[in-house]
Amino acid sequence: MKKTFPENSIGLVKPETITFDEPIMLSCGRTLDSYQLMVETYGKLNAEKSNAILICHALSGHHHAAGYHEGDEKLGWWEDYIGPNKPLDTNRFFIVSLNNIGGCHGSTGPASINPNTGLPWGAAFPHIRVRDWVHTQARLADYLSIEKWAAVVGGSLGGMQAMRWALEYPDRIQHCIVIASAMKLSAQNIAFNETARQAIQSDLNFHKGDYLAHETIPERGLSVARMIGHITYLSDDGMGKKFGRELRSGSFEQGTEEPVEFQIESYLRYQGKNFSKTFDANTYILMTKALDYFDLAREYDDDAAQAFLHAQCKFLVMSFTSDWRFSPERSREITNALMKANKDVVYAEIESQYGHDAFLIPGQDRYWNIFKSYMDRISI
Amino acid sequence: MRLDYSIVANWVQPNTQVLDLGCGDGSLLKQLQNELGVHAYGLEINADHILKCVQNGINVIEQDIEKGLSNFEDKRFDTVIMSQAIQTLQKPDQALAEMLRIGRECIVTFPNFGHWKARLHLAFNGRMPVSDLLPYEWYNTPNIHFCTFKDFDVMCHDMNATIINRQVIATHSLGKAFQGLHPNLFGETALYRVRGKQ
Repeated sequence: MKKTFPENSIGLVKPETITFDEPIMLSCGRTLDSYQLMVETYGKLNAEKSNAILICHALSGHHHAAGYHEGDEKLGWWEDYIGPNKPLDTNRFFIVSLNNIGGCHGSTGPASINPNTGLPWGAAFPHIRVRDWVHTQARLADYLSIEKWAAVVGGSLGGMQAMRWALEYPDRIQHCIVIASAMKLSAQNIAFNETARQAIQSDLNFHKGDYLAHETIPERGLSVARMIGHITYLSDDGMGKKFGRELRSGSFEQGTEEPVEFQIESYLRYQGKNFSKTFDANTYILMTKALDYFDLAREYDDDAAQAFLHAQCKFLVMSFTSDWRFSPERSREITNALMKANKDVVYAEIESQYGHDAFLIPGQDRYWNIFKSYMDRISI
Repeated sequence: MRLDYSIVANWVQPNTQVLDLGCGDGSLLKQLQNELGVHAYGLEINADHILKCVQNGINVIEQDIEKGLSNFEDKRFDTVIMSQAIQTLQKPDQALAEMLRIGRECIVTFPNFGHWKARLHLAFNGRMPVSDLLPYEWYNTPNIHFCTFKDFDVMCHDMNATIINRQVIATHSLGKAFQGLHPNLFGETALYRVRGKQ
């Protein structure tokens, strides 16, 4: 039986694979001769082609940001913010969402077949940096005949792409929307990523990244990696409110040996296991490395204001109070650098208990209102 | 148009850099942007005001003035404005010192507690003044540091700030007639334009 979908959903969407045959030189010095991007679009491109918005996904994201697919009832990961009369209003904007290269949802990545060997790329897939994504996204814009984005939008790792857009293609972006992001990761943040990578790499099924050639996957390692990540995306407070010390099974009664399982344990295991079956371990490593390497201002004498002087767009920066992975302080640094560079910027710090995940979570009025009001003012 | 806004607008130069501390719904900055083409930022902490600023197209930054302005360099702005907010601050002196540091000129406006109505209210009722201008009880007022037109003058002197202009606004006819003669008694709103050491 078909589930009914909310009326304010964009509804049925169909992803499209676009092949790019022009070789692309990557930041690591290697070249990809050709690559595919998995893309979804929502809304209609206007005659002037001035209403296009690019969505940049975060670590575990992909092209399916809104609506649903035929035969699959799972709504897109940003369903609550993309659609008719939502902040990313499909009545007004033409929204482009893609799976980045190195991903594992249809775009060329470590799980794709390496044309030179006929085997999955695995560990041999080139290292990718945020700017490589931005360059491939620019080619996607060319393909779609979009000269200038009305906005490039992203949360977390997606926000890094949006900022890089502002510097790499200043004349091709009108507004840059940076949500729960940072100009570079802190040591603690890199530490979490490395622990997650170690969990994957120490799984015996990892086979130095060539697990697909061995017809296996490092399921347990990836599962633990996801659990680590997941903890850091929630806040202590939010986790406490949602799970507390509730038990899923067992009891604290004395005189019983029955093992106790907390709700949070069961939840994390479920999340980890689910993720490990649908996500590629090499992609996880690649994405976390791209996060670690990102340093917006490095090539601008480590001066963020100097970097932003190259931008021509306007900025909206938002953070969430309980986000400790990409804390409000990181967003204030972005905002301060933008003000120092005399750029137009709005900064809002949203009260939220949802931690880093807040940017994905519906029902947050203030976040919604600021986001929507800002987007509504964008002239197209 | 609000009279205090047009006085402020007279003290701001066209096409300059402006910062408004406690910018409210952004209506002052909107006016300055439209009339004078200034490039401006507004700091605000009230969520409703911030939303209105976004709707007004203002560069609004969610930042608490009480926590300092150390994110701005010395003389970053041509004019730093604080409109009807200094009396709500915990540490008005520190705020003014920071304003003088980051702005070439500063404009401060505040309700004049030396107004005759306030004086009479306290003198004859023996209670803290509540009026149309100051419609709060002492226990719920956001205005925790009242000062008079004269007091601010003394503060500027103490802080080595040079007064470029100062003015009061009176709304009633009696006040309008006498504000020039006795601003501290008849002015309801006080406006100061000052600068620190250059």
